[in-house]
This record gives sequence, structure tokens and C-alpha cells, in this order.
Amino acid sequence: MRARKSTNSDAGGGAGSTPPDDTRAVLDGPEINRALTRIAHEVLERTKGGEHITLLGIPSRGVPLAHRLAGRIGRVEHLDVPTGSLDITMYRDDLRLAPARALGRTELPTGGLDDRIVVLVDDVLFSGRTVRAALDALGDLGRPRAVQLAVLVDRGHRELPIRADYVGKNLPTSLRESVDVRLEETDGHDAVLLGPSRPRTGTAEGSA
Amino acid sequence: MPDHAHAPFLIRGARPLGGDPVDLLLRNGTIVEVAPDIDAPEEAQTLDADGLIALPGLVDLHTHLREPGREDAETVLTGSRSAAMGGYTAVHAMANTDPVADTAGVVEQVWRLGRKAGYCDVRPVGAVTVGLAGEQLAEIGAMADSAAAVRVFSDDGVCVSDALLMRRALEYVKTFDGVIAQHAQEPRLTEGAQMNEGCVSDRLGLPGWPAVAEEAIIARDCLLAQHVDSRLHVCHVSTKGSVDIIRWAKERGCAVTAEVTPHHLLLTEDLVESYDPIYKVNPPLRTEEDVRALREGLADGTIDIVATDHAPHPVEAKETEWSTAAMGMVGLETALAVVQHTMVDTGLLTWSQVAERMSTVPARIGDVDGHGGTLVEGEPANVVLYDPADPTDVDGPAMVTKSSNTPFRGMTLPGRVRATFLRGTPTVLEGRIK
Amino acid sequence: MMKHLLSVGDLSRGEALLILDTAAELAQVGDRSVKKFPTLRGRTVVNLFYEDSTRTRTSFELAAKRLSADVINFSAKGSSVSKGESLKDTALTLQAMGADGVVIRHSASGAAHRLANWVDGSVLNAGDGTHEHPTQALLDAFTMRDRLGTLEGLRVAIVGDILHSRVARSNVLLLTTLGAHVTLVAPPTLLPVSVDTWSCEVSYDLDEVLPTSDVVMMLRVQAERMRDSFFPSVREYSRNYGLDGERLARMPENALVMHPGPMVRGMEVSAEVADSPRCTVTEQVANGVSLRMAVLYLLLGGS
Repeated sequence: MRARKSTNSDAGGGAGSTPPDDTRAVLDGPEINRALTRIAHEVLERTKGGEHITLLGIPSRGVPLAHRLAGRIGRVEHLDVPTGSLDITMYRDDLRLAPARALGRTELPTGGLDDRIVVLVDDVLFSGRTVRAALDALGDLGRPRAVQLAVLVDRGHRELPIRADYVGKNLPTSLRESVDVRLEETDGHDAVLLGPSRPRTGTAEGSA
Repeated sequence: MPDHAHAPFLIRGARPLGGDPVDLLLRNGTIVEVAPDIDAPEEAQTLDADGLIALPGLVDLHTHLREPGREDAETVLTGSRSAAMGGYTAVHAMANTDPVADTAGVVEQVWRLGRKAGYCDVRPVGAVTVGLAGEQLAEIGAMADSAAAVRVFSDDGVCVSDALLMRRALEYVKTFDGVIAQHAQEPRLTEGAQMNEGCVSDRLGLPGWPAVAEEAIIARDCLLAQHVDSRLHVCHVSTKGSVDIIRWAKERGCAVTAEVTPHHLLLTEDLVESYDPIYKVNPPLRTEEDVRALREGLADGTIDIVATDHAPHPVEAKETEWSTAAMGMVGLETALAVVQHTMVDTGLLTWSQVAERMSTVPARIGDVDGHGGTLVEGEPANVVLYDPADPTDVDGPAMVTKSSNTPFRGMTLPGRVRATFLRGTPTVLEGRIK
Repeated sequence: MMKHLLSVGDLSRGEALLILDTAAELAQVGDRSVKKFPTLRGRTVVNLFYEDSTRTRTSFELAAKRLSADVINFSAKGSSVSKGESLKDTALTLQAMGADGVVIRHSASGAAHRLANWVDGSVLNAGDGTHEHPTQALLDAFTMRDRLGTLEGLRVAIVGDILHSRVARSNVLLLTTLGAHVTLVAPPTLLPVSVDTWSCEVSYDLDEVLPTSDVVMMLRVQAERMRDSFFPSVREYSRNYGLDGERLARMPENALVMHPGPMVRGMEVSAEVADSPRCTVTEQVANGVSLRMAVLYLLLGGS
């Protein structure tokens, strides 16, 4: 059996790997798709047509989610939604707890962020520290008109005053559990898994 | 200072030159009896030497005692105590002091300091040229005629590179059967040199010291010595090529003798990769192949003797970047154990051959009276007792020498000196300096 | 990631690529409204320069500042160093000041290795004697990859005073690790004696090597080498080993001309070549900052 080490969403799960017995799927592929479609509609509603929005995914799994959302929004409103990625590694508050890590990609859409409504997209909202780092990073990149947050799963246990504007699924969890998002683009299949928690590896993006 | 009015010593069960166990009785500075089960004279102190090797007191032809001038590194007293700890009863103090030992005055001063210290016979080496500058002969005759009776002359640390000057020096010492001990290092080929030239120096970016810089001088000097029919001694041979040249020179009848240091018998240039100047020495550590050739050369007699090139330096001269660090290593206290490790335990030399190469022959080259015997009745009682089965961790700061720059630190050597007698007086007993 | 960067020879292929990839990400900092990351806030980086090198020191200083580190410039001139303080005592002083990283440039080969024994923080070798200059090699590799897309299989000629060049040593090691093919070109006097044991080709003939080289890296040749008889005259040297327009024309169309600087126009590179768009000298300087940010981040950014 494959070692369960995917709280670290960077480490990822291989295609077609079977979750261990004590892990269960809380969202399957079609459910993830429905959640994203709903979020797309909510974004359009909240931003009055989505004309000014820019989507920024937080690596690694926030990025494919941002692109999926952009596709859905675009199909509804016939818009080409500017989409990019925002790596927050250099802004993390826990860098000194682990060896220096490789950076993810930061790619800003042409046109930049000034005066845009930036929607940050991530897979799991947990302590809120990743989002805090993302807000700091945004401040160095430009001056958006507003910043919103979309997440596939909100598992609770916030450590900072941060909340999501769009949530795919609220998932009450215990701190002894871990939430593991797998996506076609990075892992070969779509699923959100809930399982027992592993010791934090320091690169624990999904737990941030 | 050791107590020279000493009672007789009865050494029980030592193995002279590694032979069968026997008792030795030392009285009034002389070995008076060598026999099994000697009856202990009433006043004699008895020393149980079961399992110990007895050798004639070792003679070092190449020691830096640093006094006068660098008493922060070593003095005649501390250096001769260190020598006694290593089993030496006579050392040759190199001339590169400050002032240089290039006059009768300086060599007599060193000689007197040695007598006063009383741990071993200190035989000063005279400089070949004034101030080691390689320009003009020093007053070699005056030094030979002085109370120090100098017989070995060397500019060690610097090569007498001028061929004509070298020829004159070789000729001049014939008047009193002296010898020129050459530090073979072609100066132009070694300008700024930091380590052996080869793969390692190229990789480390340290200016290289080619083997040819040593070999070319040795070849030249052998030819010169034969041409003027004089005696040449080659200091610290470090390359395979040098061994080959000396072998060739001896075959054609040149009166050349040569020495190798314990560190060149054991260590190689790879150690420089740490950039730790504890491994910086002149001549530099060479390759595995060179080490093998040096051991073979010492075994077959091409290289006549082991000499320490004991070169103490204060800590700050070594705790620095490589290129500014001083060259040299202390070696008196580890020499015999390194020779056991590299030559005896490998089957290349017997203990009796070790006695020749570390006592008898160096005494002959340096014309040192009363040393280098074979432990028979009637000889001066210069004796070392060595335990070849007492593995010892080398610890620089714990040594008797004033400096601690030993490249063997952290290593375990197979044996240690238990006692040294200078004319019947113990300078070392129970492994401790008196 | 390792604790120090003393030699590129210590870097695995993966580590070297991590540095280059990180530098590529950080290169974007120039396009941002705030050209700074908070990553090394509260960390102290000391630039300990025993040799004058304004360009390398400034590059490291800017890199450290862009990561929000506190930077102290400790140059040999006008400090206790010039009053004879030993490297070890200086190291202990820096240690007491709480330096998290020390960037050292020194004329003695191995000085960075020595320093690493005496300080707790990370040591970055910014050039030690004729040994190595790791960040220069890394930024050279970065520049080549940036311009030509890949290092794998790239044919790189390094021309000039190889014997005395820390840049050449580091480049041979790094480029080989990264899959490029290196040819050293110099007169035999300016090549190390054991160069045949190095993982590269050697040639005495620049004209033979140029047509098949994707990159030619010209090393500085100091005129004083002539006095030491490494070559007979500047004229003869540049005739055989200098790069002029005519020689450049014989190289493949996209081939690059690199130089670690400072350049001696007329000696190793003609003015025409120095001003050609294929010459990457100023690009190398810009890439140097990103590359050094990457190294500082990877050495000092983690636990």
C-alpha cells in the first residue's frame, strides 16, 4: 500500500491509487464539478457579471481549480476571465520550521491586478495562514479593488480572522483528521478524501 | 632537568632490537651487562620491561628547536624534552633560527642550551650560507671548530639552489668530513607553491609544487657530490622520482644519504582537501604512489634514515587560511609509532633495521659520538624502551612539545615510548617525562 | 538543501536545478510594484570582502536586501581586518554579531571552507583565490538556459586563463553536472597540469572549437601573466585566443558570448564582439541578482 503522505498536496497522490481503509471520500468527481459550477454562478452574482474579476490560484491545487472556475464563468457570460497563479512560499510565516522549499509559480495575467476584483482560489481552507500570506503577497504585486476567497473545502479550525466568500463544501473535521484534495490535473482523478491525520511535514499546504 | 646522579638501572626482560628477552644493567652511564636473569645489585632500581622493545636511543638528523628567535613555538628545553618523549637521545637542531645559526656564536649558544637542558644531546646544524640567503658561504670552518663541533650543514627551509655555491660547500666540508644536508627545492619551479602539484592542487586551486622541483635538485647535487668526491645528505625525500634518482646515484658510487619523514611515510595529499593547514608542510604531502615508493626505498636502504623534520608552530600560524599558514608539523613524539605502523607492522622492516635507520645510521651521518650503538656491553647507556602493543590516541595539546601541530591528531598509533635513558639517566619513565 | 555553498562540486544535479528554478521565479521580482520579499526579515547577512569586487558585493547586497535581510558590509579596507586581525578572529566577531549568513570573497583558495569551521551560520563562497566562484557559475548556467532553453547537450567553450580561474573551475563542475559538454581552450601554459583528468575536453586551437560551440565564455587574462612567461605577448595571445567579429561569425547563428567581467576590450574580446547582441555580459549581471536571491533564500530561508 502506498504511504499516506498527501496532507502535503505537493506530494500528491498517484493516478488510480486506492485510498487506505480508514480514509473515505467526502466528495467524488461529479460532486466537485457541481460545487465548482455553483461557485462560478455565485461569483458572477456577487461581482455583478464578473467583468472585473481576475482569478488567482494558490499552488499547487488552487491553480487547476482557478482554471476550472474561469472556464465555467467564461461559458456562462462569454467572458475571457484573466487567470493566473500566486505562490505564497516567500510570504509564509512557518518557513523556519522546515528546510527551505521549492517555490511554486507566480503568473499574473497581463493587465496586472490594479483595480481588479481578485478572487483567490485554494483547495482547502484550514488555519487561514495561507490566505494571510496570499494577502501579503498581493499587496506587493498591485492594488486590487477588492479581494475575495474561493475554496473547495472549508474544514474549520481558523487561527486568523479570515473567512471564505465562496465555499464548495463546509466539512466539519477534527484536528486528528486530514483533508486531501485530488484533482485530475495533478493527481489523475478528482476526489476529496478525509482520513486520519499524519504528523505535519512542514510542507503541509492542505493543512494551512 | 633529569637527575644525573642516578642509581644503577636493571631493565628486566626487554627485547633488544626486537630479539629474545634479556636483562640490561645500566651503571655510571654505561651498559655494563646484557644477560638473562641478572642478579639485581642492591642499590639498583629495577624496571619491568616485559614485552618492550629495547632500541639504542634514537638520533634525529632533522629537528627544528626554534631557539633563538621563536621561543613561542619551541625552545631548546621544550624541544629536547619532546625528543626524549619520542625516544631520542640526540637531535640535530636546524639552522633556520633567528638569528640564523651561521656563526660559531649561535651554534655554541644552542649547544650550551642543550647541555643545560640535559634531555638529549643537541647537535647544532650550521647554515651553509650567511643568513640562509644563498649568496655567500657561512663560516663553516669556525662552526666546525667551535665547542659545538658542527658536522652537518644545511640551509634547510631554503634550497642551496646556486649550483656553484653548492659545489663549493660540498668541497669545503671535506676538510673535517662534514656533510651538506640539502633541502631540495628548485625555487623558481615552486614560487608561491602550496601543495603537491597534481589532480588535487588543480581541483583545489592551490598553486602546485611539482615533484620535478625536488628531483631536479637531487639529481644535480648527486652529480656534483660525486664530481667533487664529497658527502651529500638529502633532507626529507618525498617523491617516487627522488627515490629512483638516489637509487641510481648510489649504484654509480655517489656518497649520498637520504632521509624520509614519518609523515611522508603515512600521509597523502588528499588530506589537503579539508584546507586545514595542519597538513601544510614543506615538502608537501604527495600521492599514494609516492608513499609506497618511500616505504620501499626505506626498506631496501635507498633511503638511509628516518628524520622527523619536527617543525613546531604556534596555534595562530595554523588556524588561518591555507595560503598564509606556516609549513611544518611536529613529529618527535610520534615518529617511532608511525614507523612501526608503516614499516614494521607492514613487514617492511625488522626492529633491528628500525634501530639502524633511526639511530645507528643517523649517528654515523651526523658523526655523533656515543649514540647509535647496538645495545651491547660497554656502550654508553643510551636506550629507549618501546611498547609496540599499546595503541595510543594522538592528542596534540597533550604533547610535551610547546606546539601542537600534529597531523596525526585523532589517529590511533600502535605503540608508545615507555622509557628513555640518556647515558644511564632516565629522561622518560613510565611514559612520562622526568 | 545544504547548509553552505562552498563549491559547486558539492551540488547534485537536483540541487543545482532547484537553485536555477528558484532564481527563475525570483527573477520576476523586477516586474512587481514592490521589488522585495519579506522572506529573510530579521536575518543578518554579512558581506565579508577581502578582495575589492564592487560588482559581486553589490549583487549580493541587492539580493539580500530584496529578501528583506539586514546587510552588513565588512570590507577588508578600513576595518580591523586591515589591522592584521586573523580570519578566525573576524569569524568569531561575526558570530558574536549573530550573522545568519556570511558571504565571503577572499584571495586565498579554501578561505570559505575555513570560515565554515568557525561560524554557525551559512557560508557563501563569493570567490576564493583560484579555487571556485559558485554563484558566478550558477548565474552563467542560468543565463545559458534562459537564452538557449536547455543545458543538456549544450556545447560550451571556456577560453583563456583556465589555470588561474575560479570561474572556469566552477563552470566545468557545474555545467558537467547539468549535462553540458565543456571544452577548455587555452595555451598549455594556462591549463592545469592534470586537466586531462577533468570531465571536459581540451583544445589549444580556438578556431577549431568555435564552429561547434553554442556558447563561448571568454575569461579575463591579466597582462601580468605575460611577465611570468605564460605567453609571449598580448598581441600573440589575442591573435590566437581573442574573440573578434570574424571569429564570432564562424560560430553557429544563435551562439552566445559570455564573460564573467570585468572585460578587457581588445585583449580577450574585441569591442565589436562586446557590443554585439549575442554578448550576454549585462544580462549576466542582472541574472546575478536573481540567482543570489535564490541561493540566499535556499540557504537561509528555512530552518
